Amino acid sequence: MLTFILRRMSESLFVLLVMSLLVFAGVYAIGNPVDLLISPDATPQDIEQVTKSLGLDKPLWTQYFYFLTQVLRGDLGHSFMFGTPAIELLLSKMPATMELAVAAMFIASVLGIPLGLIAGLKADSWIGKTIMTVSIFGFSLPTFWVGLVLIMFFSVELGWLPSSGRGPSSIVFGIPISFLSWEGLRHLFLPALNLALFKLALIIRLTRAGTQEALMQDYVKFARAKGLSQTRIIGVHVLKNIMIPIVTVIGLEFGSVIAFSIVTESIFAWPGMGKLLIDSINNLDRPVIVAYLCLIVVFFVFINLIVDLTYALLDPRVRLGESAK
Amino acid sequence: MKHINLNEIESPSKRLWRTFSADWTAMFGLFVLSVLVLLAIFAPLVVPQNPYDLAQLNILDGRLTPGSSSFDEKVFYLLGTDDQGRDIYSAIIYGMRISLGVGLISTVGALIVGATLGLSAAYMGKRIDSLIMRIVDIQLSFPAILIALILLAVFGQGLGKIIIALMTVQWAYYARTVRSTALVEMGKEYIEAARCLGLGHSRIIFNHLLPNCIAPLIVVAAMQIAAAIALEATLSFLGLGLPITEPSLGLLISNGYSYLMSGKYWISFYPGLALLVMIVSINLVADRLRDTLNPRLQK
Repeated sequence: MLTFILRRMSESLFVLLVMSLLVFAGVYAIGNPVDLLISPDATPQDIEQVTKSLGLDKPLWTQYFYFLTQVLRGDLGHSFMFGTPAIELLLSKMPATMELAVAAMFIASVLGIPLGLIAGLKADSWIGKTIMTVSIFGFSLPTFWVGLVLIMFFSVELGWLPSSGRGPSSIVFGIPISFLSWEGLRHLFLPALNLALFKLALIIRLTRAGTQEALMQDYVKFARAKGLSQTRIIGVHVLKNIMIPIVTVIGLEFGSVIAFSIVTESIFAWPGMGKLLIDSINNLDRPVIVAYLCLIVVFFVFINLIVDLTYALLDPRVRLGESAK
Repeated sequence: MKHINLNEIESPSKRLWRTFSADWTAMFGLFVLSVLVLLAIFAPLVVPQNPYDLAQLNILDGRLTPGSSSFDEKVFYLLGTDDQGRDIYSAIIYGMRISLGVGLISTVGALIVGATLGLSAAYMGKRIDSLIMRIVDIQLSFPAILIALILLAVFGQGLGKIIIALMTVQWAYYARTVRSTALVEMGKEYIEAARCLGLGHSRIIFNHLLPNCIAPLIVVAAMQIAAAIALEATLSFLGLGLPITEPSLGLLISNGYSYLMSGKYWISFYPGLALLVMIVSINLVADRLRDTLNPRLQK
């Protein structure tokens, strides 16, 4: 087990190093941020001074080495646009993104599990077929277009919900959250629904498959033979058994929800990390792009590591497969 | 002994078509897809104006509602116009050309790279196999959109770059698919026979192994075309994909986005609808192909 953990950890570290090198070298090639920051009539002396203060005059390798040591100290440079530390800027946007992601996962689970159950129980009826057809659309529809249609319908035509921004937030345990107020909820609903759709389709399919499998198991037959009511069989015996893979997938997909929130945040002008990334790419705000990419890669490597370790703990075959090689 | 008339044996392609055409939703998808592809190929012949020839555009026709006629009564704007007086219908057909082209090229490219690496992994085994498959595993643990976004953020935008980004995202799926099939095929006698004959590695891989692994590759490719088109549209929408000189559907939608709030829905709604119809029809065909080509489902 220890060798397995060590091997996985060193692999993760290698991925981080490769990514940091790729990201840094590439972002360096995008353009010259100095041009954006100073007025067009600046003297060559001004340009030189700004270049020096940003550390852009040093060779690439020196900059990378400096960058790497700074990263290890938790310092990812200052944003060219805002002048604040990039990592601080990013972390200040994190609660908004997390709130959106959690809300989306909540909607996907709350709608997806019952719909999947119905589709599994009544697979041959029209309602089951309708749910499955709708879930195919959930997979096919591009997220950004659904977002536009939601805005068009609920904000422009009906005028019920705001189309952009985040509602007023209140501080709870030092974290700004917005879903406690009515106005905040109104702002949260559309983006969260938009982000939820893809995962909703996934959860419906998983729950349906799980339900159909569980219904054929002996314990369900036994529960029926015992004379239990249908509600109890489904609510307790079936649901409990299908929840294990569903909860696993919900956990696994959390990372991809955060990745997809880049799109949703841009459409709904939700002030999270994804919107900050797109804005920074457009402004060539290099430290912020690098900080975002580093953070998200660390995040993913961490999630994957946890998933691998959990699987290894739960299923000894995973470990045996590794050592057999 | 029963005599078999060779003429009565159905060829594989005929059998494939018979099973495929039994499903009417798939046939409908195929029909819609063919219409879209034909429209895209013959774009200049089926549209009232070339949307990117500035001489044909009239700024006075800007933001007309669907179904109106141009200022000089020469052009009928079926789906309205955008802010520069560009016919939305023509722009959609031209945009589809680019979207389909990018999707197709990147899918074929990824297929070639992925299949070659996957087959080599299965054929060579040992170190090469575990190296290639570790890279595949690591890559597939990140969402496709994130990898494409990182690449485009790092290397900048452009037609060639987005194709490379899409290929980089996709090759891993093919490599994984083809490897698992190839591992089964490797244990069969015909590979052993080919080896005994002393054939070269590349000949065994491409002439003997590949043809027997082709079915799952086709299924994955069909699904990946739709995914590639959707991903390209998303990236272009975010302003990271294609430049303004190569307006794909995603870029058209993005252009109309700012007019959405003032109720001018058609500038982004119809390109989005075209994108949706394209993706859904490809998915319908791909879904049926998977069922048809899956030997486990065949009697």
